[in-house]
Amino acid sequence: MGTSLKRASQARLVGRAHVYGDHIDTDRIIPGKYTKTLDLSHLAEHVLEDLDPDFRQRVQPGDILVAGANFGCGSSREQAPLALKAAGVAAVVARSFARIFYRNAINIGLPAVEIGPHRIRSGHRLEVDLRAGVVRDLTQGEEYPATPMPRVMLAILRAGGLVNYLREHRDYRLGDEHGAP
Amino acid sequence: MAGNPPSHRDAAPAQTVAEKILSAHVGRPVRAGELVVASVDGAMATDATGPLAIRAFQAMGGQALWDPARCFLVLDHATPPPNERIGNLHRLMREFQQRMGGHLYEVGEGICHQLMVEDARVRPGELFVGADSHTPTYGAVNAFAVGVGSTDLAAVWLTGKIWLKVPETIRIELEGRLPKGITAKDLALFLVGHLGVAGAIYQAIEYTGSAIHGLSLASRMTVANMSAEMGAKTGLVDPTGLELPYPFSPVHPDPGAPYAAVHRFDVSTLEPLVAAPHSPDRVVPVREVVGQPIHQAFIGSCTNARLEDLQMAAQVLRGKRIHPRVRLLIAPASRRVFHAALEDGTVQVLSQAGATFIPAGCGPCVGTHQGIPGDGEAVIASTNRNFQGRMGNPRASIYLASPAVVAASALVGAIADPVPILESEETPWELR
Repeated sequence: MGTSLKRASQARLVGRAHVYGDHIDTDRIIPGKYTKTLDLSHLAEHVLEDLDPDFRQRVQPGDILVAGANFGCGSSREQAPLALKAAGVAAVVARSFARIFYRNAINIGLPAVEIGPHRIRSGHRLEVDLRAGVVRDLTQGEEYPATPMPRVMLAILRAGGLVNYLREHRDYRLGDEHGAP
Repeated sequence: MAGNPPSHRDAAPAQTVAEKILSAHVGRPVRAGELVVASVDGAMATDATGPLAIRAFQAMGGQALWDPARCFLVLDHATPPPNERIGNLHRLMREFQQRMGGHLYEVGEGICHQLMVEDARVRPGELFVGADSHTPTYGAVNAFAVGVGSTDLAAVWLTGKIWLKVPETIRIELEGRLPKGITAKDLALFLVGHLGVAGAIYQAIEYTGSAIHGLSLASRMTVANMSAEMGAKTGLVDPTGLELPYPFSPVHPDPGAPYAAVHRFDVSTLEPLVAAPHSPDRVVPVREVVGQPIHQAFIGSCTNARLEDLQMAAQVLRGKRIHPRVRLLIAPASRRVFHAALEDGTVQVLSQAGATFIPAGCGPCVGTHQGIPGDGEAVIASTNRNFQGRMGNPRASIYLASPAVVAASALVGAIADPVPILESEETPWELR
């Protein structure tokens, strides 16, 4: 747990892109029939099973999932970002996120980054630079500015997730929610 | 914390319902776009989200719930447990409740959202956080109710607070009278079809208009429930005409409140609708898919399994028999709903028509158990989502519809319009 949380809070992540379309719902990220478990490896085994049955075999630790609009729509299951993270995904980049997925990802220390229209294709090498707020397509030499993340989310992500943030602070710190990110 | 926030000076900007309720829970006037930390009135987790929340709470170093009287655990998503793994997750939740307090609803008591409203665990003007995406259902009782995941819920257990971005609001005005056989579900499907699955992403919805004012509490819950299918943070139903078994102060928007968009629809010409596979916004009139064979029909879920839903199905099926190649499964929203349907004869009508009653809970809707379709089968369900694999089999197709359409389709063995059947019901069935 310690290592993966540390990795998630790193400012720069480099990995291979896996690109999908719009409105990928949580049932396609991890079907409801597999979610009733505390065993993360069980979640990883079935990640994206109905969307891309070979993903599980292709994914390498550090890879980056790229999607279109409304990624993670549907249920509140935190098992969706947990399954991606347990499978080795280091960050999710999308045109937009469904709000519960977005919170859940940050809360478990999985960076979720919104960018505008892009030409990223599967297999491209990507760099997600959380500090600079950009996603770079290293294969194409293109750069996409990320939508700024609320300051409280950055603080949570920097801590490695909401568990660590609250273990440290015991409460939401006044000021973390204020001001520009 | 319930009720309207203190009144502001004349210069204070007009507020939406979301802004008013959140202001009351932040302790100062807030506006859309602001990030706030707000006090929470109630927190709910289910057996789908509770075990991870318990683990997160323990990892946070949580020793005690911030206010056990405001914490609710509901065993409903996989009940009764279909295997030992889930049996042990239920055990974990019971043990947590025994140590920490809070109220635990046992297997069979009902679906979380139904129970929170039925037992007045959530009330007008409150800020309620639920670890389930259909938590916006409580907008039916004029509460700002928001769905979160397990770790956010654990943080509420620890702190009694949540951070939120105050959402912009979309106002939806529904005018006119719903035609016979057209229900709140058709209304909800119409809106999801119109706005799309990302139509209200990060936003709140206010539902108002004469069509809303006349709705029952159950129907208001159906409308608020499917706010989630448009990506909304919460869905607030105008409390005009709302009847609750306790006194309350309704929260209305200020005149001139700022809206991101205003949509106005006349509902008097609405027809029965279905959402076709595999997305809740693929909404088409029933007439376009009439005759599509179905294998399983399901009346259940937090969207449509209340007494009026079961009564509507019974009206369609009274004195008849479902098609021999169809399984009709019914999971009442709660034990209380089941008892009411027993007392008024609804259960008997449905059972004699060939329906199979299963325990109050979420099983088939979330694909856990008790109604997983086979490969290539088509299901019509009164539920809220028809994503591929939703009911447990990615090779099945799911159509979403009102309980009336589901019952008519079970009768015919293919998707069917309930309106002609209901109209012929004007002759008492005993006399035909």
